[in-house]
Amino acid sequence: RSGRSPRRVSKALREGRVSATDLCRKCLQRIRETHYLNAYISVTEELAMQQAERRRKLRLLRGYTFMWEPRGILDGVPFSVKDNFCTQGVETTCASLMLKGYTPPFNATVVQKLLDQGAVLLGKTNLDEFAMGSGSTDSSFGPVRNPWSEAVTGGRSSTELGSDWAIAGGSSGGSAAAVASLSCYLSLGSDTGGSTRNPGALCGVVALKPTYGVLSRHGLIPLVNSMDVPGILTRRVCDAAIVLDILRGPDERDSTTVPSPALDCALTEELDLTRITVGIPQVTDWFQDAGQEVVVSSALAGTAGGLPSDLFPWR
Amino acid sequence: MVGVVGLEVHAQINSTSKLFSGSQVSFSSPPNSRVSYFDASLPGTLPVLNRRCVEAAVMTGLALNCTINMKSLFDRKHYFYADMPAGYQITQQRLPIAVSGLLIYSHLGGPKRNQVISKSIRIKQIQLEQDSGKSLHDEHQSQTLIDLNRAGVGLMELVMEPDMSCGEEAAAAVRELQLILQALGTCQGNMSEGQLRVDANVSVHRPGEPLGVRTEVKNINSIRHLARAIDHEIQRQMELLEQGGVVQNETRAFDQKTGFMPEPNLPPLLLYVSGRVPAGLDPSQVVLVDRVKALLPELPGVRRERLVEEYGILPEHSYTLVNEDGLADYFETVVKATKAEPRKVIGWVVKELLSNLNQQNLKVNQSLVAARALAELLDLLETGHVSSTAAKVVFQELWKNPEKGAEKIIQEQNLGLMSDAATLQIICQKVVESHPEEVKAIQNGNHKVLNKLMGQVQKETKGRADPVQVRAILQELTSS
Repeated sequence: RSGRSPRRVSKALREGRVSATDLCRKCLQRIRETHYLNAYISVTEELAMQQAERRRKLRLLRGYTFMWEPRGILDGVPFSVKDNFCTQGVETTCASLMLKGYTPPFNATVVQKLLDQGAVLLGKTNLDEFAMGSGSTDSSFGPVRNPWSEAVTGGRSSTELGSDWAIAGGSSGGSAAAVASLSCYLSLGSDTGGSTRNPGALCGVVALKPTYGVLSRHGLIPLVNSMDVPGILTRRVCDAAIVLDILRGPDERDSTTVPSPALDCALTEELDLTRITVGIPQVTDWFQDAGQEVVVSSALAGTAGGLPSDLFPWR
Repeated sequence: MVGVVGLEVHAQINSTSKLFSGSQVSFSSPPNSRVSYFDASLPGTLPVLNRRCVEAAVMTGLALNCTINMKSLFDRKHYFYADMPAGYQITQQRLPIAVSGLLIYSHLGGPKRNQVISKSIRIKQIQLEQDSGKSLHDEHQSQTLIDLNRAGVGLMELVMEPDMSCGEEAAAAVRELQLILQALGTCQGNMSEGQLRVDANVSVHRPGEPLGVRTEVKNINSIRHLARAIDHEIQRQMELLEQGGVVQNETRAFDQKTGFMPEPNLPPLLLYVSGRVPAGLDPSQVVLVDRVKALLPELPGVRRERLVEEYGILPEHSYTLVNEDGLADYFETVVKATKAEPRKVIGWVVKELLSNLNQQNLKVNQSLVAARALAELLDLLETGHVSSTAAKVVFQELWKNPEKGAEKIIQEQNLGLMSDAATLQIICQKVVESHPEEVKAIQNGNHKVLNKLMGQVQKETKGRADPVQVRAILQELTSS
C-alpha cells in the first residue's frame, strides 16, 4: 500500500523496495489506462523515463556504500504539472491554440524546485484555457472528466468517451484528475479564484492554495498577476505540507514574493478521528439570501455520514 | 505674437543592464543579441527592478532641484506596436520618482553675444520607463525587421513646462541638460546615437491671450537642428495665423490618459534616508537618497562660477570652457603647469586652440597641441624668450609638428625674441625715417599712430622684436 503517498513511496524508493524506473513505468501505464479522462495534454514518456533512469542509477551507485543520499524526499517521485507552468523543452500550451507548439526555454521556479529534488516529470495536465474557468470544460484539447464520474452518473461509461460524465472542476481539473486517478503522486495547479481548491474538492483530493507571495510565480503564465498562486494537489494533507515547505521561499526573479516562516511541524499520516475538531461556517443571512443554505446543509449531511456520529449533535 | 516651446526629453540611462532585466545595455551589438526572455516578453517572465537605474533617476532629480518621491509607483501603458512585444510599456504615470524641479541654464546674449544670461525651466516630473525596440522598415521586401536589443533599456523621461519662447533657448537648455547628465554620468547624452531624445511642443499666441494649438517637432538628432526646427515651426505657425489660417494639431495616437493600469508585478518603489531604514531590510534592496546626494559631482553651473572666482576669467570665457567637452579640464591643466597667469592662458585656450579645433572639426581630446606643450610655450613667452606675436606663429607650427617642442621650433625658425638694443635702434630708426607723415602726426599729439609704426617694426622683424623696448625707442625717436 505504498502507492498513495509520496512520503511512503519515497521511503520505498530509499529502501530499494521499488526502483524509480519501475515506479515511473507504472505511472505512465496508469496514464494510458486513464487516457479517457483527458487529464493530460502532453505526456513526456521519454523524458520521464530518462529522469527516472538517472535517479535509479545514482541510487545504485551510492547504494553500495550505504551512502545513498536522496536529493530530497521527492527523489524519484513522479509528478505532473498544469500546462500553464513553463517547462524547459516541453510544450506549454495553457490549453490554447495560441500557444500550441510553444516550447519554453526555461523552467518555472516551482517546477525547477521539484526537479532539483529529483522528482520525475510525467507530463502537463489539462486546464481551462489560460486558467480562465472553473470546470476544465473550456480547453482547446477537450474537457477533463472526473475520475469519480461513475459515482455520479451511476453508469459504467468510464472507459468510453461518452457524454455521461461529471466535470472535474477547474481550472486545474487535469491536475486534480491525475492525482485522484493515481497516475502521479502530486501535481502542481494554479489558483486565482479557486482553481486549485474547487477541482480538488470535486475530485476528492487534497488541494492547497498558498498565500499570495509565498510561492514564486516566475514561469507561471498569468491570468491575474495580483491574485495567481501555484497550487498543490496531493492525496494526503501531510504530503501537501511537505511540498509547500519545499516550494516556498522568496525568488529574486519574482518581485512579489515575500519571506515566509518554515513549517514548524510534521503532520502525521494517521489521524485519530475521535480527536479532530471540524470547523463549520455559520449559516448567516447572507448565505440564506444567496440560496446557499440548501447546499451547505446537504453537503454537511453527506460529510456527517462519513464522520463519527458523536461529532454531529443534531443527527 | 510670441512662440511657446515645451520639451519632452527621453534620456537613456547609462547602466550595464536594462531597467527590468539583466540583459546588457550596449550599442551596436548584432541584432537581437542582447535580449532576455523578459525583453522578448516570453509568457511567465516578470520584471525585476535595476538598482543602478533607480540611483541614476534619484541623482538626476537631485541635480535638477526636484522633490524626490520617497514612494513611487509603476504603471503599464498599453498600445500595440511590433517593437514592443509585451503590448505595454512599464512607466510611472501616476506617481513618478521625482517632481517639481528646475533646470537653470545660461546662454550668451546681448549685442556682442558676450553676456551670460541665466534662465530657468520648470521640470514637471522625471519618470523611469522602458525603451522600445527598433523597427527597420524594408520597403523593398515589404517587411519590417525588429531588433529588440534596445527593448527594455532604462529611460528617464523628463517632462518640462512650456517656459521657453524660441529655438535658441531650447538649444541652450538642452545643451545644459546634456552637460549636467554627462557630469552626473547618468546618461551619455549623445543625441546622434539616440541616447538623448528631444521632442518639442510648439505653439504661438499673443501675450495675455490663451495658448495656441500646439504641434510636435520630432526626430531631432542634433541641438542645432532642434533650434532651427523649432524656429521654423514658430515662423510657419505665425505666418499661417496671420493669413487667417488655423494650426492643425496632429496629436500622437498615444498622447492620452487611457490605456493605463498599475503594474501588478512590481511593488511600490520605496526610497530611504540613512538612519531611518526599517529593520530587517536587505541592504542590497535599499537606496539611500542622502548617500546619492553626497555623490553629486560639481555641476556645470557651479563649475562656471568656480572658474571665474578661482582664475579671475570673464564669465563669457568660463561659459565657453564648460560648454566645450574637455576644454575646462584642458585649461586647468595648462594653468597648473605654467607660470603664466590664468588671465593670459584663457586667451590662448578660447581663441588659438578652439579656432584650430573648430577648423579641423576636432574634439578637445583630439587636440594636436597637448596641454603641457601649450604650457611650455607660455612659459617661454613669460620668460621673454619669444614675443607674443611670434608665439602665435610658434603655436601654429606646433600644431603642424606636435612632436617638436616649442623651444626647438623657436630655434629652427629663428623666432626668438629680438631684444638687442642696438639692432632694434637701427630698425626703428629706419622705420621712423621712412614714415615722416606718421612721425608728424605723433608729434602733433596723435599718439595712436605710434602703433602703426610699431607694426612696421614687427613686420621688419617678423614679429620677433621685443614690443616693450620698441615702443620706448620709437617714443624717444618721435618726441624730438
